Amino acid sequence: MITETLLTWIARFISGVSVRWVDSQPDTCQRVYFANHTSHLDVVLVWSALPPHIRKLTRPIAAKDYWDGGWVRRKLAKTFNAMLIDRTEIKVHQSPIDLMLREIGKTQSLIIFPEGGRTPGGEVGEFKSGLYYLSKKRPELELIPVHINNMNRILPRGEVLPVPLLSSVTFGPPMWLEAGEAKMNFLTRAREAVLNLKDS
Amino acid sequence: MIENWMILAIASVMLVIATGIGRWLRNQESLSLDLRTVEAYNARVQAWWAFAVLLAISFFYPKLTVALFGAISFWALREFVSLTPTSTGDHRALFWVFAFFTPMQFILVAYNNYGLYNVLIPVYAFLFIAARVAFSGDFSQFLERVAKVQSGLMLCVYCLSFAPALLFLRFPTSTTEAPLREDANAELLFFFITIALIADLMQFLWNRLYGKHIIAEKVDPVRTWEGLIGGAITTAIISTALAWAAPFPHWYQAPAMSLVIALMASAGTMTMSALKRDRGELATGTFVEGHGGVLNRIDSICFAAPVFFHLTRYFFAAT
Repeated sequence: MITETLLTWIARFISGVSVRWVDSQPDTCQRVYFANHTSHLDVVLVWSALPPHIRKLTRPIAAKDYWDGGWVRRKLAKTFNAMLIDRTEIKVHQSPIDLMLREIGKTQSLIIFPEGGRTPGGEVGEFKSGLYYLSKKRPELELIPVHINNMNRILPRGEVLPVPLLSSVTFGPPMWLEAGEAKMNFLTRAREAVLNLKDS
Repeated sequence: MIENWMILAIASVMLVIATGIGRWLRNQESLSLDLRTVEAYNARVQAWWAFAVLLAISFFYPKLTVALFGAISFWALREFVSLTPTSTGDHRALFWVFAFFTPMQFILVAYNNYGLYNVLIPVYAFLFIAARVAFSGDFSQFLERVAKVQSGLMLCVYCLSFAPALLFLRFPTSTTEAPLREDANAELLFFFITIALIADLMQFLWNRLYGKHIIAEKVDPVRTWEGLIGGAITTAIISTALAWAAPFPHWYQAPAMSLVIALMASAGTMTMSALKRDRGELATGTFVEGHGGVLNRIDSICFAAPVFFHLTRYFFAAT
């Protein structure tokens, strides 16, 4: 509890974040928040941008190879209830999508970064197909696009020390996988939903 | 001491009146005022309240005032750099700007090390930033990038730090000229901020009422020569009426200082407008909205502070 509050305040201080909901409202229904990924702080940032009662129900997906390294990172990952997924060992019979869906059950929401890694330079990379398979298996989940602005300047890839500039986290309107929508079309649409939030 | 209390009381009454006028204007549809103008005025009044609280503290705890100005500087600088495109190669230089130079400037002010805080940013930060950016290995637009970081630091940190530095000037106790009282520091800061705010308001009124000749339409479409000159002269006249609260021994010194403050304040707002124009309205991004814009509130003070400080130091202080 104390770690959570402390972490939230530190993340907010460093990132000077302003949180905006555009055509969207915080809600406790099951959702998948998908965001662009530019820095290690993104996980904490999106998670702490949610109101506390929703935060309790929301689990960020984080890379096991990074967040399982060392006592501090493990402790941090535990604090914000992260679900650690092994990026290096993805096999058919232990698909991470099934694992995620099993873990969240009928109550929890997810935060995912569909680019699969941090994209340098404030661009938004191509989305990996995880988001598509998630909604194919559970089409009723609300997909919320999230745009993180300016974090690539606060803690760029490859840097350890942050520069405390201002950033914003924008939550957009929910979207769903259309019946029979092709994978590529859906992923492009999802990526554009994130990009559109940049100037809204 | 009793005078300090009186100044605080009068400032509070003036602020309550100013807030009242703002509320009243908001509900006057018959005057057909531009709603944005009224809101701009109300935002100004809010900033005045913040400064009044700051000044109340400065009467009693000078070091805390320095810390508060430090916080304002820090916030202004992060706004400045957020609005200014920097490249990845500037990251480490920027880190030290925020982590070392900004706090160090205010620590030196709080410990009254004039010799060092006077040169820390113009000399040492200047050298450091250029070298650190060069070491990063990215030379594209080198001079421009270095200048961006350096001017942010100069405007938001160095110049502003001269306002709380007023609290540590020492005045001679015995000279042939009528000296400043020894405890005049808080009054100096009060006088300075009040005049800067009045100058801001007077210029605003003159522009609205009598503005004809626009100074530079591309930079700021509302600022006029009438506003600049009329505003400065009106501020000087008002300051004569306030001279009893000013710490200066002769009657003409308060208006003379006010004239300088008003002109510098105009220069400050004008420069900041040019800066914002250069960035473009759209380039401001989504991250600054909701933060009110500290930079907009301190532009006039930034420019006037070092000039007022040095004039006071040269003419009145014991060096």
